[in-house]
This record gives sequence, structure tokens and C-alpha cells, in this order.
Amino acid sequence: MEAVTLLQSAFDAVLGLALLWLAWRALASPDLFRSIVLFIAFGLLMALAWVRLDAPDIALAEAAIGAGLTGALLLAALARLESKNETKKLHKKDNESEVHDQGC
Amino acid sequence: MTRVVEKQTLFRWLLVALLSLLAVGLGYAVLSLPTQTPGLSDFVTENIETSGARNPVTAVLLNFRGYDTLLEMGVLLLALLGVWSLSSAPEQSEASPGPVLDMLSRLLVPLLILVAGYLLWVGARAPGGAFQAGAVLGAAGVLLLLVGWRPGARFSGLPLRITLVMGLGAFVAVGLVLILVGRRLLEYPPPFAAALILLIEAAATLSIGITLAALFLGGRPEERPQR
Repeated sequence: MEAVTLLQSAFDAVLGLALLWLAWRALASPDLFRSIVLFIAFGLLMALAWVRLDAPDIALAEAAIGAGLTGALLLAALARLESKNETKKLHKKDNESEVHDQGC
Repeated sequence: MTRVVEKQTLFRWLLVALLSLLAVGLGYAVLSLPTQTPGLSDFVTENIETSGARNPVTAVLLNFRGYDTLLEMGVLLLALLGVWSLSSAPEQSEASPGPVLDMLSRLLVPLLILVAGYLLWVGARAPGGAFQAGAVLGAAGVLLLLVGWRPGARFSGLPLRITLVMGLGAFVAVGLVLILVGRRLLEYPPPFAAALILLIEAAATLSIGITLAALFLGGRPEERPQR
């Protein structure tokens, strides 16, 4: 029995530390895509933490909304941001080449 | 140059100081909490018989604090209105889904709809309920959108809007009817509580699911068929 409680507290400690680490990595990562993936991983582990706290309702909501749908929304937003940036870059290049042509 | 750097370090130290102050304050607040609080759980268990749901979470969300859930539905609708007011949905890319995604979506979407129905039904006595069921339904919608499915022009007008406001509408309608028959807002009569909760939850599940999928679409869907 004691071994089980010890195992459980060890699991909880690892879970807590992993959550803090994932949160920090998600915030500090310069790559937005990596941040989003870390955020999704954070959401899944958070759902596990809610299960450990005997709150299965919140765990369900966290897994479905926090990890799944928010992750999908963030990824979609990132895709739109990047496509916008790319068209901007292309326009810029076009303008530059036009200026260059005129200069010639 | 050095001045800018100094300003930045100063700002950083100020931030650290403010954050530590906040941490100390939060720690003090947590530590000064009474260790044993009666809370409201006894109150909930006493009254759960009349609430119409055997799951205490559902009883609180849909009955004792139904007002909060009503406002949450409003918040979700407002979020979608915000997204819709920003732009119309981006044009569909021509890329067709890979065979894996195509096959998986055919398998998963019916399963997700079934799971959503189960979560909605089981919410009355076990973990589950409208928000979880709605999220699963929303996930099915996201999967369909990823595969390249788009709502037809026939459905993206009035039918879509009716589905979106149905959850909030059912909530408000039930509240108003209860006021008209002389009770307070969302004070369900015990014999009808279970049926009313199921009615509201069913409408809310559909609304939440469609709202989340519409949020993923990222804009107002095109209403008129392009000619």
C-alpha cells in the first residue's frame, strides 16, 4: 500500500514538473509552431493532472477544448499568418525588382 | 545604445520585483485560507434530488448556477461574432486530403458524433455534459473542414445562424417561460427539471459544436453561391 502511495506521489511530482517545464518551453520557444505543439502537450498533461485531482469533468473539457480545439485554432491561425507573411514578402520582392528595373 | 540597454535591464528588474510581489501576495492569500471550509458541496448533495441531474457538476452548471452557463453560451456566441466581423472565410485551397486523412475522417466523424451524443446523455449522472459533448462535436466539424468539406451555400445562411443561437435561445426561452409561470429565472420545477436540463443541453451541444467548428473556419462563410 505504501509503495503505491509513494509511486503516486512520485507520479504527481513528475507531472507537476513536466507541466511547469512544458509551460516554460511553450512560452520561451522562438518557433511558433513548436510553441503550439508544446501547448497541446501541456493541455494533454493538464488533463491528466485534473484526473489526478479527481475532477474528470474538467479533465474531459481540458482535453477536448484546451488541448484539441485550441491547438487546432492556433495552428489554423499560424497557417494564415504565415501565408499572409509570404504574400507580403512576395509583394515586397516584386516592388523591389520593379524599382531595380526602373533604375536600370 | 548603452542607455537603451540600461533602460531594458531596469525594466526587467522592475518586472521581476513586481512579479515577486505578486507571488508573495498570492502565497500569503493561499496560506491564510482556512484549512477546513464547509464549502457548498453539502448544500449540493442535499438538494441534488430536486435538481434533475444526479451528477453534481451537471446539477451545479445547469441548475444551481444555470445563470453562469447561460452567460458562457453568450460569450461563445460573441467570440464567433467577433471572428465573423473581421473577415469572411478564406478561400478553400485546392489541395485534396491524403488517403489516410480521408479514410480516417470517414471512420472518425460518425464515431465522434456518437461519442458526443453519449457524453450529452451520460452527463446527467456521470462526468460529461453539454460542453464536453459540444467540444467533441466541434472536433468532428474541424476534421470535416480539414478534409475540405464546406457547408453548402444553402446551409450557411439562416439554418447555420439558427443552429448557432439555438443553445442560448433555448436557455433564455426556458428562463422566460419560467418567469411567466411565476417562478424565478431558471428555477426549474422539480418534476420537469430533468427534461428541461436535457432540452437545454441538447440545444447547447449543437450550438457549441457548430460554433467551435465555425471558429476554426476562421471567418464568415460565403452565403451566396458564386456565379
